[in-house]
Amino acid sequence: MSAIELKYAIPGDDFTRAGEASSSIKMRLKQMGFDPCFIRRVAIAVYEGEINMVIHANGGEIVVNISPASTDITLTDDGPGIPDVELAMKAGFSTAPENVRNLGFGAGMGLPNMKKYTDEMDIQSEVGVGTTVRMKVYANAT
Amino acid sequence: MTISDIKNILDCMVLCGEDRLGTDINTADGADMMSDVLAFASEHGVLLTGLVNSQVVRTAEMMDITCIIFVRGKTPDQSIIDLAGNCGIVIMKTREKMFSACGKLYEAGMRSGASGT
Repeated sequence: MSAIELKYAIPGDDFTRAGEASSSIKMRLKQMGFDPCFIRRVAIAVYEGEINMVIHANGGEIVVNISPASTDITLTDDGPGIPDVELAMKAGFSTAPENVRNLGFGAGMGLPNMKKYTDEMDIQSEVGVGTTVRMKVYANAT
Repeated sequence: MTISDIKNILDCMVLCGEDRLGTDINTADGADMMSDVLAFASEHGVLLTGLVNSQVVRTAEMMDITCIIFVRGKTPDQSIIDLAGNCGIVIMKTREKMFSACGKLYEAGMRSGASGT
């Protein structure tokens, strides 16, 4: 299997469509025959990121590079940025508004959960410019 | 315990996935916050929720959850049912409230698959 790259533009104004990209990525990984546990880890991490983009950044772009050994996920947005990444990584910390919590999200578990399900994660963010989150999941990790 | 057993215990109406009621289920979790489901729920289980929107199905899809049960008689619209059908997820609804629904399943031997709680 050669490496492939998938790109998705994430609309920021339609909560009902959030998750379509993650669903598509999960489907591709299934078609490529990856282990279900690996697929689940990638799917959850990407979905959390996709939801974050819709909630906080008015959309963005997801790029996924799939190789036999690992999957690299890059989430890029030009939203408001994260003033304090360390604080944002704390479980339970959230800046999501009430209407987002009413939709079942914004419990402050998104970023910690993305870290939990991936093997590597890096966040680069600048207030007023945007945020880039890079994650890696190894196919043979447990 | 099969989905059919759960259907009988909670007197559920099946909205989607009637052909998969024989599927075995070993764990169940109840939550209205999908953030919590994404953090703690186990795969191949049942999710009981009072939240009704498309992200419940998307969350279940990512988590490999087999069956969603909407409590308090809540009925999802057809687009949510169709989405679940495409994802191979069984959808049922029960008149039971969350507390009593979870209690009845627990009494029947079902346990949570949640990790980290």
